[in-house]
Amino acid sequence: MILGLVEHDRGELDPLSLEMLTFSRRLAGRLEAPVEAVLVGEEASLPVEELRRYGVSALHSVEHPRLGDYAPEACAESVVQLMAAVEPQVVLASASDRGNEVMAHVAARANLPLAANCIDAEPGEPYFVTRVRWGGSLLEEAHLSGTVKLLTVAEHALSAEESPADAIRHTPFTPVLSDEEFRVQVSARVEPEGDKVSLPTARVVVGGGRGVGSSEAFAPLDELAELLGGAVGCSRAVTGLGWRPHSDQIGQTGTRIAPDLYIACGISGAIQHMVGCKAAKRILVINTDPNAPVLVRADYAVIGDVNEVVPALNAELRKGQAGGAA
Amino acid sequence: MNVLACVKRVPATASRIALTPDEQEIDTRFLAFTVSPHEECAVEEAVRLTEADGGTSTVLTLGPDAAVEQLQDALALGIGRAVLLETDGREWDPAATAGAIVEAVRADAAAGREYDLLLFGNEAADTGDYQVGIRVARALGLPCVTGVKALEIEDRTAIARRELHGGWEVFEVPLPAVVTVKEGINLPRYPSIPGRIRAKKQPIERITPDWPGNSLVKVRLKLPAEEEKHAEILGHGPEAAARVANVLTELGLAR
Repeated sequence: MILGLVEHDRGELDPLSLEMLTFSRRLAGRLEAPVEAVLVGEEASLPVEELRRYGVSALHSVEHPRLGDYAPEACAESVVQLMAAVEPQVVLASASDRGNEVMAHVAARANLPLAANCIDAEPGEPYFVTRVRWGGSLLEEAHLSGTVKLLTVAEHALSAEESPADAIRHTPFTPVLSDEEFRVQVSARVEPEGDKVSLPTARVVVGGGRGVGSSEAFAPLDELAELLGGAVGCSRAVTGLGWRPHSDQIGQTGTRIAPDLYIACGISGAIQHMVGCKAAKRILVINTDPNAPVLVRADYAVIGDVNEVVPALNAELRKGQAGGAA
Repeated sequence: MNVLACVKRVPATASRIALTPDEQEIDTRFLAFTVSPHEECAVEEAVRLTEADGGTSTVLTLGPDAAVEQLQDALALGIGRAVLLETDGREWDPAATAGAIVEAVRADAAAGREYDLLLFGNEAADTGDYQVGIRVARALGLPCVTGVKALEIEDRTAIARRELHGGWEVFEVPLPAVVTVKEGINLPRYPSIPGRIRAKKQPIERITPDWPGNSLVKVRLKLPAEEEKHAEILGHGPEAAARVANVLTELGLAR
């Protein structure tokens, strides 16, 4: 049996968990084993029917009065106790922040290896897994051993697909947890500011690199983003220079974006940056250097200085908007 | 307060990765080496915390002799002491790495050097295993908060924040604790020239741990298949603006 740790927010399944379940089902097909799910949450809002549609034949819902706020060690200990009870061959989670965190705790507690950020897994002894390194710029093929195979599924390694199970059984599971497992638990949450277009969800992202030249020179990029209803991002070089806050950084150690169009201004195209904009549908590059590495990932390019091209483009767009309004 | 920052030596990759012919490593003949970005911030955080509150700071790495370079970089920034867990250069998997760090921390404790805070990067830039800090915390019986982008210490409590969907979640844990940090928690300083000179003269403590074998075993590395595109050149300089605006309109993005 394959056990998938699913994440949800008030009954809504996390999209990455649906990808993980699709990955699990493919693995289950090779093993001729069923897929079951474990979920930490309240009974009232369990997404049982949605899990069935994604091929889950049994749901184990972890129930404990102190599990209301996220507590990574308590989640992991619950999974370890469930593993002892239901004896899965494989336990998976999505490679989200929480998925990787809980699975690392599970691995440490169960004294098992964990392969994080996998894009493929072939059963056998050992398993043959393919996982991402360098945030996705490099792949590693590896052997994963252990009495139970533990792995997390890299985001967007595959698309979520429905494949309904005939029926789904729901069994509550009550773990025995001590105070120690609640040493680390969310004590407060600060909600995001509502009105700003966020980088991960923006349809258009205007990114600036060292070629922009200064903190002040980002003003036309801010205006371009505003005109297009998008968000501004930047390269690691720019945050390192203190021109923009780290929350604007796109890349391996910053934010991953997935816009319809990414406008990369004065960005050379270091791999750490490019893995962050891999999911962009189209890329428009504005750069003085026609041989910049970023060009091989671009759909469109303007060869020129961002400080001249962007203000001219803004003027053109303002003209268009004024015309449209008239 | 006594702070330990654990770092990893990784190649400073540029715009393209090339592999060695045996597909076991990145070809680093033309590359410099650095510390994983998250861990650069762990070092900076250790320096700031001990500058503010007193105490000691130690940097530790597991790696080959050449990793002395990364330890000296940390010393140049103001870290007080450096420990190299010296290997023959082969990769240690996360469980093996954590085991060696745990032994070193226990040896320090036995010598009267107890750490209040153990800082790691959230994940190493190269292998991205996301688990060394958590495994160390488990073995030492310490609480662990991961992915931290803001950290305050008050009355022997670590108040750690991490990002969640554009907002924050807050954790409060008693010291001693393990905290894994992400880039953005601070902006690391540049080393001063006197700092660099001082660092070269400081001793590096060496331990040679026994390699226990890997349970996650690298078979080979490969580059992901990526199509190279031929960008359509829309023009040169500001004169291209009208054509760009047209493309934006065609894509349904101009408003």
